[in-house]
Amino acid sequence: MINFQYLRTTSTKSALSLLIKDKNSKFLAGGTNLIDLMKRGVTAPEKLIDINHVPLKQIELVGDKIIIGALASNTAVAENTLVKEKLPLLAMALNAGASAQLRNVATVGGNMMQRTRCGYFYDTEMPCNKRQPGSGCGAIGGFNRMHAIFGTSDKCIAVHPSDMCVALVALDAVAVLASTKGERKVLFQDFHRLAGDTPQLDNNLKADEMIVRLEIPVNNLAKNSNYLKVRDRASYAFALVSVAAALEISNNKISDVRLAMGGVAHKPWRLTASENFLKGKEPSLENFEQAAKLAMTDAKGFGENDFKLQMAPNTIIEALTVAKSKA
Amino acid sequence: MQSSDKESNQGDSRRDFLKKSSLITAIALTPSVAVKAAENQADERFAELFEKIPLNITVNNKAYKTSIEPRVTLLDYLREELHLTGTKKGCDHGQCGACTVHVNGERVNSCLSLAVMNEGKKITTIEGLAKAEELHPMQAAFIKHDGFQCGYCTPGQIMSAVACVNEGHTNSRAEISEYMSGNICRCGAYPNIVDAIVEVSKGGMKA
Repeated sequence: MINFQYLRTTSTKSALSLLIKDKNSKFLAGGTNLIDLMKRGVTAPEKLIDINHVPLKQIELVGDKIIIGALASNTAVAENTLVKEKLPLLAMALNAGASAQLRNVATVGGNMMQRTRCGYFYDTEMPCNKRQPGSGCGAIGGFNRMHAIFGTSDKCIAVHPSDMCVALVALDAVAVLASTKGERKVLFQDFHRLAGDTPQLDNNLKADEMIVRLEIPVNNLAKNSNYLKVRDRASYAFALVSVAAALEISNNKISDVRLAMGGVAHKPWRLTASENFLKGKEPSLENFEQAAKLAMTDAKGFGENDFKLQMAPNTIIEALTVAKSKA
Repeated sequence: MQSSDKESNQGDSRRDFLKKSSLITAIALTPSVAVKAAENQADERFAELFEKIPLNITVNNKAYKTSIEPRVTLLDYLREELHLTGTKKGCDHGQCGACTVHVNGERVNSCLSLAVMNEGKKITTIEGLAKAEELHPMQAAFIKHDGFQCGYCTPGQIMSAVACVNEGHTNSRAEISEYMSGNICRCGAYPNIVDAIVEVSKGGMKA
């Protein structure tokens, strides 16, 4: 690992002022992705600002929102009574990701900032527009079994690897971002971005900003929530396809529904058209099948990942069916 | 397994050789920023890059006061500085769990943690589990149930297993498997590892 300067800070304010001093600096939280990337030479910051002692670990109910600090660990969130009771979809998604050891250290903010696991991004001998803009995309026409089927560009077909973010986009979470000028709020759905012509940018966080907390509105979807992750082994693997599904059913009609997919795009993929179709309808297999079909309208395979064109709708139908069956 | 960790009596040991060869590699890989800084005769910047950071850390109930380069991982600090080689380096990328230790009682992958991030923390490694000659119940259970073949993943498996019991994730064999999935065993001793954990969890272990 190329050496770097290490600084430790205990407040958001000092973290932000250290950040703007040097554009080659990065925040260090759990480090489970960043340190790995530094070992492989994918990234080489000159300065790491350790923010683990900044007090941003709160998990609390304020009014009708659950507030989660950016430095709360994945385990702390997944095991939290409030989260398990009111946002089980989030707990399920977190527990589907990584391992117990990694979840103990990995943070909410770090999970949002994690980079793609595309093999071409990780292998510094290979072309990758995300790692080195303009060098080309090895995955297009290459080994792309794990890659995107939605919202791709001719520059990049990588997927965002997070499970937590798929649940958060379905839950209408809001990310609160701080800079020396103050705070701004971004709908979770607008935090991550598609690759387009600038695949080096994973999200819309500005260079002088820091994720400080999430605000998640409490909803009536807790009972019929389900996170279904399909992967190469039963646990501890990235998603081939994952689906966050949540239903509010009253008088055998769907009064509210949330659907989002992971493992299929450069960002957590919200299925708005399918949600709109399902609203007000009966939670029947027929309607679930129709919703899954609608979700696939703009899907495109790249060869090795063509199987996702069938796996994705099947997973949507199964996720909805299981969500509905929860008593 | 043990023999590969022992220092050889004849000439350079394997460990010494690795240390020397990695030193040569380190020189070859001197960071471009450092080279640039040196070329610009910016000695201060150069010195700053290799600055050692003070570290106060407790490992297996023993307090250490040292200073260390920020890029040294907790795993390398334990193995190379403290010579606690029970903690294994498997993949070195957080994928195998061989490096699992407890930090303030919680299991973590020591390969993905910088030593300096653990300032003031209490680390327990496999060497700190037994009480003198008396094995920890999980160590005894791994032996009883044959929870290993080659043994390389075993320290990580045992540290993870102790945490798994303390966390209470032992309500079924399926739950144990799920919460032990961060520890890979290429010999495939999984069913026996689960047997060991089931036995210890029923015995009301206190770590």
